[in-house]
Formats: sequence, structure tokens, C-alpha cells
Amino acid sequence: MAIHFTLNGKPTTLDVNPNMPLLWALRDNLNMTGTKFGCGMALCGACTVHVNGEATRSCQTPVSSLAGKKVTTIEGLSPSCSHPVQKAWVEIDVPQCGYCQSGQIMAAAALLAKTPQPTDAQIEDAMSGNICRCGTYNQIRKAIHRAAQLQAGGNKSAHWGENAAPVESAARSGDVLVGGAE
Amino acid sequence: MSAVTTSIDRRHFLKTGVAGATGLIVGFYLPGRREVFAEAAEPTVLNAFINVSPDDKITILISKSEMGQGVVTSLSMLAAEELECDWKQIRTEFAPAAKVYFDPVFGMQGTGGSQSVHSGWVPMRTAGATAREMLIAAAAQKWGVDASECHAENGAVIHTATKRRLSYGSVAEAAGKLTPPANVKLKDPSEFKVIGKPTKRLDTPDKVCGKAMFGIDARRPGMLHASVLRCPIFGGKVASFDAAKAKAMPGVKDVIQISSGIAVVADNTWTAFQGRKALQVTWDEGPNAGASNESIFKTFEERAQKPGVASRKEGDAASAMAGATQRIEAVYRAPYQAHATMEPMNCLADVQPDRVDIWAPTQFQTPSQGIAASTARVKPEQSFVHTTYLGGGFGRRGWSDFVTDACEVSKAMKAPVQVTWTREDDMQHDYYRPASYIKMAAGLDANGNPSAFTARVACDSIMSWFFPGSVKNGMDSSSVEGVSDIAYDIPNILVDYQLVAGPVPMGFWRSVGASQNGFFSECFVDELAAAAKRDPYEYRKALLSKKPRHLGVLNLAAEKAGWSKPLPKGMYRGIAVLEAFATYVAEVAEISVDKDNNIKVHRMVCALDCGRVINPSIIEQQAMGAMVYGLTQTLKGEITIDKGRVVQANFDTYEPLRLNECPKMEVYIVPSTETPTGMGEPAVPPVAPAICNAIFAATGKRVRKLPVRPEDLT
Repeated sequence: MAIHFTLNGKPTTLDVNPNMPLLWALRDNLNMTGTKFGCGMALCGACTVHVNGEATRSCQTPVSSLAGKKVTTIEGLSPSCSHPVQKAWVEIDVPQCGYCQSGQIMAAAALLAKTPQPTDAQIEDAMSGNICRCGTYNQIRKAIHRAAQLQAGGNKSAHWGENAAPVESAARSGDVLVGGAE
Repeated sequence: MSAVTTSIDRRHFLKTGVAGATGLIVGFYLPGRREVFAEAAEPTVLNAFINVSPDDKITILISKSEMGQGVVTSLSMLAAEELECDWKQIRTEFAPAAKVYFDPVFGMQGTGGSQSVHSGWVPMRTAGATAREMLIAAAAQKWGVDASECHAENGAVIHTATKRRLSYGSVAEAAGKLTPPANVKLKDPSEFKVIGKPTKRLDTPDKVCGKAMFGIDARRPGMLHASVLRCPIFGGKVASFDAAKAKAMPGVKDVIQISSGIAVVADNTWTAFQGRKALQVTWDEGPNAGASNESIFKTFEERAQKPGVASRKEGDAASAMAGATQRIEAVYRAPYQAHATMEPMNCLADVQPDRVDIWAPTQFQTPSQGIAASTARVKPEQSFVHTTYLGGGFGRRGWSDFVTDACEVSKAMKAPVQVTWTREDDMQHDYYRPASYIKMAAGLDANGNPSAFTARVACDSIMSWFFPGSVKNGMDSSSVEGVSDIAYDIPNILVDYQLVAGPVPMGFWRSVGASQNGFFSECFVDELAAAAKRDPYEYRKALLSKKPRHLGVLNLAAEKAGWSKPLPKGMYRGIAVLEAFATYVAEVAEISVDKDNNIKVHRMVCALDCGRVINPSIIEQQAMGAMVYGLTQTLKGEITIDKGRVVQANFDTYEPLRLNECPKMEVYIVPSTETPTGMGEPAVPPVAPAICNAIFAATGKRVRKLPVRPEDLT
């Protein structure tokens, strides 16, 4: 039975086993591999997409549940990576291996859509379902605050920029403070 | 430091080494990045690491695997420093499997041991300098001037006197026809423009819009998907199976037996998983079905009663111990750990009669190439490894078992096949960080200083698993690193090792032996400080007076943590310092303990010395990431064995640290002009001892077993 829904703004039809999770339909049938498989049990958040604007674990979302709904994946979050969350992620240089980051970004974008200026506690509530084994959590926290600024029209540069002083010059004055992300 | 003149190993720069006999065009693009070059003119190979295309794009070939440690960026920075190009011109590709890309330490192509920046330090700069000189020579030839009258700047050759300018792209083809210079002079560090600067990662843009291609994202026309059901018991085999129900499922193409188990092949991954659930298999459980954590640790304990093979013997520890004023003894344990990379193991293979191609998130290209060749029954030179991004590595992807799976199934199906492991497969069929048991003793003199230290380690050997037959005398240094190399000034030391071969597969886990031995040795030194009634920082400092680099990080961490200043009520500190992979790291943990003995880590301060800094931003990332990895092993992670199998299966039972549990972290770098060393791993080992030493400060209880459980603190 064919399921009709909207995927990244385009009418889409899937004629697959209705029990197939959206994750695998995206990856294997629609060849959209930005959404990742992590655990298959909604424990890690790597497969997070938006269904009608809600952050949703696509590994636990059967295709049959999508009829008439609007699905957004990392590929459709913004034209040419311009969503404030993506911009902030680039500015803070959040990803390491990057595998969980599609899910992190989709979760963060859903948070900011509802809570434009989240507190640390609200970030923890929204983001603690997304595991990152590389340990980018503090950068994620910082980048969400930065994305909130960008979304509100803020433009102040955060963290190290491209014109940051070379470490050698800092080194002459003693030890090098690199970070302190909170 | 004076300028370095280096002689080039010509084999590194034979154009044919990369491109095949005819020369100039490379043919091994990563599919996910192919479009970048699709419309571009053909690039010229200047050497194994650098191509320049006529439209001025510069491609750096990355011989190492990018698993988050930032190697794509760091190695490119080294080449760019000498190449004198605009950073924005740079593109990267993963190198094919080839001898020219062998790591000098490993003797093969592979990524591990926090080795990449260290081993790339001279070759990548040399590659950049050699390419630059060839481009200058080509431009000089074009102008009919001497090369010495020209210099390179910002991606172009300049005739210094006339300011005439030719872009690299415009002279690349001519440069490619020149003989590479045999000796190039590398810059003095005072001239560095790229090295040492905080530099954005080259891979971030692709990783924030879902474009980065990981192994699991590899796609080929007509490909099939497979899932393999393995015997849950280590060493068990398939006795018989009934695939009728699975084969009857729509979308299931076939069910075949391979060396690792039963593979269900389908037209998509989910159907392969579903088909697998419908299999009925009888297992031959083999000899390990009775193995349990209890039986394994009981064996460790028994074996630790007898002397092992000495890894370090200095002075006469037994006599010194007998003459000591105080004798301290302790037994510590560490559990098995899973790597739990976010991307489960996978591989796409296309086996054909005369070649095999694999798209694999592999850390070790050479073994992957060999395994693919032998499985496909083709020659090694007919085996092509397309390295993808790795969704985490941490040592797990040094193994190529996922390559074997995919090649066996592809060969049987005569089609490209991607094998994808479930999370449960990944967690229950890992090559684990060894569980380990250690007996330590120390004798203190009248001043509380250690006169003798002994340690006996009992655990399985990673090298015995990785290179069967390689451990001949019972000594695997990876089993004792982190304790055998204890840095404190102790005149009499005996460390020995009991290799206990067991059923659980062993592998390299981020920071390897130091991940458990650092916990043992740095907690035990804290016990000695307490017995000597001395401050744990001051005690370490006094015993490290001959170790300037240990001392440098120890002092910086203590200073930045405010060690000498009182903490708010209810907050406690612990400290630890270790060297791993020639990088020095000290960490201070600040914690609180609630009435139910739950530990909350509030702040981690890390000071490190990894030699000359290449990219401080990546160093900070790696140190923070390693601390998170260390926090997981300290507070949460544990793999246990029951009935010969792993008990944990997914992230509900093996729970990595989550964002709400992540403390404030600070990273400080000790300036250094030493040769750079790696940062992928060395910040892991101090985490557990720093936290456990803080727990002692808070509760007076010593944690001698990981992970920390509230019930163990009562």
C-alpha cells in the first residue's frame, strides 16, 4: 500500500512494507543517507528527523504512520546549510566524527523552533536523548546558544574566529588557554 | 630550533606509486566527494600526497582514517604550511591502500596509537615543500629565469624582481613532468604561518548537512543489503539452521552461511534484519558456554598469585619492601569495555572475478585490502579499498571482520553487498578493552617516600588476538603500559605480567593499556600520598622532580584548577598525571557526592603537553572528547560476560555519558618545541583516577573497581 506524505517540501510516495521504519525507507529506498542508524531502539537519537515539526526518532516511526504528514530530514532542513543551527555548528566547529550530528542538529533545530532562547536546563531536556561518543556535548551546548543568537538576528562572532591569534604569540606570555567550553 | 633539511625517500614520490604506470591522473576518488571534481579539469599528481588541478584546486591525499580526531585538517595544515597556498584552495581525499602510504611505525597503512600527526610531521611538510619547489621550477622555466629568482606565495609563483605571477594551476602540468627535488629545506618554526594557528576543520561543512559519506552511506548500483546472525557465545558455531521462513519473506533474496554466521540478504537493510529474526538456528556452543565474569576474574586472581614475566625491574624491590617503614597493598580491577562507535560496523563489497572493491570505515587499510583480496580470491593489487569517513573508531576499526563479512556475501551473491551490523551485533561482537586485575604493593620510607613498588597485572593480551603467534615470551607491553612506565622517582620497581588467555576477543580501545593501568597506578599513588599524610599534588610533584614534562602538566593543571584554594562546601578534588603515546596529561576533577552516593562531576581541568602544537582547536576538541570517553568508563561503562556471551546489548545497558551529565571542561596547553605527538587518546587515562581520587577526598573510600557504583561506596 502506497503512503503519501511530504518529504522536505516535496510530495513523496513510498510503496514499501508499511511497518518499515522511516529511517530505512529514507536510507535504502530514497537514497537519503544523511539520517543515521545508531541503535534501532530510539536510545541514541542519531536518526532524528522532524515529523510535523516534532523531533522524531525515525528508527521507531513506521512508514504507515506518515500518511499526510510533513517530514523534514537533515537534507531538507535549509537551503545550502543555512539554518542558524547549522551556521552555529560550523562557527563552533562542533562535529568530530560527525556521525551523530545530523540527529543532534535536527533535535536542536526542533528545540529552537519552540524555545527560541533555551536555558541550559531546556537544552539538557531536549538534547540528552542524543548520544555523542566523541563527546562534543559542551560544544553542542555552546552552539545551541549561538544558534539562538543567530536566529534572533545576532551577529556577534563567538569563540575562535579565523583571525584568532597564532598560538605561538599567546605562548610567549605563558601557558596557552585554549578553551573552557561550558 | 634550526631549519630542518630532509632527504626525501624517493619511493614516497614516485608518481606511478599512486596513479598507475601512465602517470598523471589519479583514479581513486571517494564517491561521496566525487562531484567536487566532476567538472574540474584533470589534476596533476605532484607527489603521493598532493595534486594540483588547472583550476587551482589543490587536493591533499589523506593516508589516515578520519574518525573524528581531525586528521584530515591536521595533515592538510602540515602540507599547506610548506606549499604556500591559500587554505581555501584545499580539498582532501582519502588515499587508496598503497605501500606509499604505510605508516613508518606500523609498517602498514593504518590509523592508531595517536600516531598520525607524529608520523606525518616530516612527510607531509616535505610533500608540500617538494610540490612547491616543482611548481616554482616550472614557472621559472616558463619565464626563462632561474628558480632562485622566484618564490611561492598564496597559491602562486612570483618572479620576485618583476612581480610576474603564475598560479599553481597554470604551471601544475609542467611541474608534474619535472623530477622531484631530492632535498628540500623545511621552514624554521619561526616562519610558520599555518602550524600552530586555531584552524577550522575541513570536514565540518559536510558533516552539518548530512553530506559526509560514512561507510554505512556507501551506495552502488544494484547493491543488496545483508545482516549476519552470529553465535552469541564466543567461539560458538552454527550447528544447523532453517531458513525457510526467512526466505519466504518478501524482499529476502537469499540466506547463506558465511564464516561468521548466517547472512540474510535482502533488497534493503530493514528486511535483512527482519529476515534474520525469522531464522531458526541451532548453535554448537563450543567450549566457552560456561564462561562468566566471575570465572574470568577468579582465573585472573589465581594467576596473579604466581610471578609473571617482568616488564620492568629496577633495583631490588623485595629487599626494599622488607626494609620499608610502611607497606601499602591493594588490588584493583577494571571491566571489559566496548568501543560503541556511533556508526555500527559495516562494509560494502563488490567482488568480481578479477577485482574486489570495498567501501569501508576501516582504520587499517592494509589488512582490509589483504582480507578483501584473500576472501575474493584475487591478487592484492586487484583489491581496492575506498576509505570512507568513520563514524567513530576508538580502535575498533583496526579490525577488518566487517570486511570479511561483506566480501564473503558479495562473492556468494555475485553482486555488491553492504553488510550492516545491528547495535546489538556491534556491542556483543566487539574486540573489547581487556578486563584486568592488578596486585600492587609499595614500601614507604620514614619520610613517606616510596622505596619500592611492585605490580602484577593479570589480563588477556591484545597483541595475541591481533597478531596470533606474535606474543612469544608471554609479554605484551600493551597489557602493562600505564603502570610499568610509572614515572615517579622510586628506586626499586618490579612490574610483571601474567598473560591470561581467555574467550573474550581483545582489541585496542582508546588509550589502550593506559585506560585501565592509568586508573590503577594513579589511584595507588594517591593511596601512598594519603599513607604518607601528604597532599596528593605535592606528593606527586616531589616524586616527579626529574620528569619536567610530567611536572609541567601537573603544575599547570593544579594552578588552573586552583588546587591551593579552598572549594565550596560539598565539593572535592582529585588529581592524576600520566604520559601516554608520548603526550603528557594531567587532570583535576571536581566532584560532589549526594546522600545516596551518586557522583556528580562538576568540572574537569586538563593540562597537556603534546609537543609543538599544530591546531589548538583540534587539541581542545580531542582532550574534551577523550575526557567524555573517560567519564563513561569511570561512571557508567561495563561489559560483563555470562554463559559465554556479552550481557549488554544496546545503549540502555551500556550507557555512554549524555549531555546532561557532561561537566564543565577546560583545556590548557603547555607550550613546547618538541616534535608533535598525538591527542586522540592521551586525555582518557587520567579521568578515572582523578575522579576516584576526588571520591576518596569526599568520602574516605577508595574506589578500586570500575565503574564507580554508588553501592560500592557504602
